[in-house]
Amino acid sequence: MTIEDEEIDLLLNDVFEMYGYDFTSYSRASLKRRIIRLCALDKFPSFAELRYRIRSEEDYLKRFVEEITVNVTEMFRDPSFYKVLRTDILPILGTKPFIRIWHAGCSTGEEVFSMAILLQEANLLKKSLLYATDLNPSVLEKVRKGIFPLTQMKQYSENYIASGGIKDFSTYYTANYGQAKLNQELSEKIIISTHNLVSDGSFNEFDLILCRNVLIYFDKDLQERALKLFDESLGALGFLALGSKETLKFSTIQSRFRQLDKEKIWKKMM
Amino acid sequence: MEEDDVKNKVKVVVIGGSAGSLTVLFEVFPTLLPDLKVAIILVLHRKNSADSSLSALFSTKTLIPTKEVEDKDPVLPGNIYLAPADYHLLIEKNLTFSLDYSEKINFSRPSLDVTFESAADVFGPALAAVLLSGANEDGTQGLIAVKNSGGLTIAQKPESAQMPFMPQHAIANMQVDKILDIKEIADFINSLH
Repeated sequence: MTIEDEEIDLLLNDVFEMYGYDFTSYSRASLKRRIIRLCALDKFPSFAELRYRIRSEEDYLKRFVEEITVNVTEMFRDPSFYKVLRTDILPILGTKPFIRIWHAGCSTGEEVFSMAILLQEANLLKKSLLYATDLNPSVLEKVRKGIFPLTQMKQYSENYIASGGIKDFSTYYTANYGQAKLNQELSEKIIISTHNLVSDGSFNEFDLILCRNVLIYFDKDLQERALKLFDESLGALGFLALGSKETLKFSTIQSRFRQLDKEKIWKKMM
Repeated sequence: MEEDDVKNKVKVVVIGGSAGSLTVLFEVFPTLLPDLKVAIILVLHRKNSADSSLSALFSTKTLIPTKEVEDKDPVLPGNIYLAPADYHLLIEKNLTFSLDYSEKINFSRPSLDVTFESAADVFGPALAAVLLSGANEDGTQGLIAVKNSGGLTIAQKPESAQMPFMPQHAIANMQVDKILDIKEIADFINSLH
């Protein structure tokens, strides 16, 4: 099926006006692909039918939001990044009486739990709080449960070891009926809330903000908005971590940050 | 339409490859004229490890600036862009790249179909798409999209490919405009002005 760009504009306008979700500043190429994919998945014979269903059925809007946002993530994704967190960042955060971390756009939470494991291994989890936010309430429900497919655990265990982990990864979960339930103690310091980077503001001051592979779905203007929000939400000498192909180089906040040697981690200098 | 008219329209060449495609590129790159007039976008199936050394390796084979794409980089003529490992690569109407970490397509991320379709949408008749060696069905749907948008479609001659399945699959499922061996692919790119 082909969809005209003007039709996408109409649809996004409907979604914003009727439901308050603003996707108009999302990267259009990716969004268009997701919408065409959704039409195929749900067997809409034409774009008009998709639009009608969204306009007339609030429950379907929920599915629309879930399917056009990308919720693919994994534990300890990019192990070398987690290794730097372990060896370079956590020792600095550990000198603070209290550690606040924000996972912005956390999706189903695999990276939040990865961080909880790092903090626990550094004996810092007790004095930490991890804020896990996403625009999408249904993915946050998965963070709340802390249950992931058992089939993923082999890959996650390899990532964990590559990130410098030395424990038996299987001690972090209980396997049951094809599911892996992460240990309850990892969830105790995770605070879950909806937050939309398009429309919501700063809600706390953090020592570390992680927003990895979220900004790639935004156009440059929306990226700038989100980066300013992170700047406002970071304390002095706080850290900002982005995805491996994301950058501050197009942003006005760049001058206030200094990038670490290798990974996509920036320190706020003033 | 005259052969030269078709070529004159081409502003972007997107090349997709899988198993057996690196040797093709290593043969083609040293023969490319340094004053490249078009942008070349490379999408290759490779291991997930975020290993950026491939673009460094390409840099040793050509004088044309070669870089692995970062999010929102502009698409500029005279450059070779390489899709990063483990992301889909898309192109925006404002001629910048977008990355996407959504589900694998044809067991692949980056998927050739994704980039071909996106490039077809943006560049239309100004696009040439080349499908190289591989053992996967990826690329055929993308080539069809390129064709439907008025772009030029090229498959590597299967007899010249280490893994003929991928170009053969395209040739069997659509009317590919040109079927070229390795030297002819290099000559084609050098003929674009």
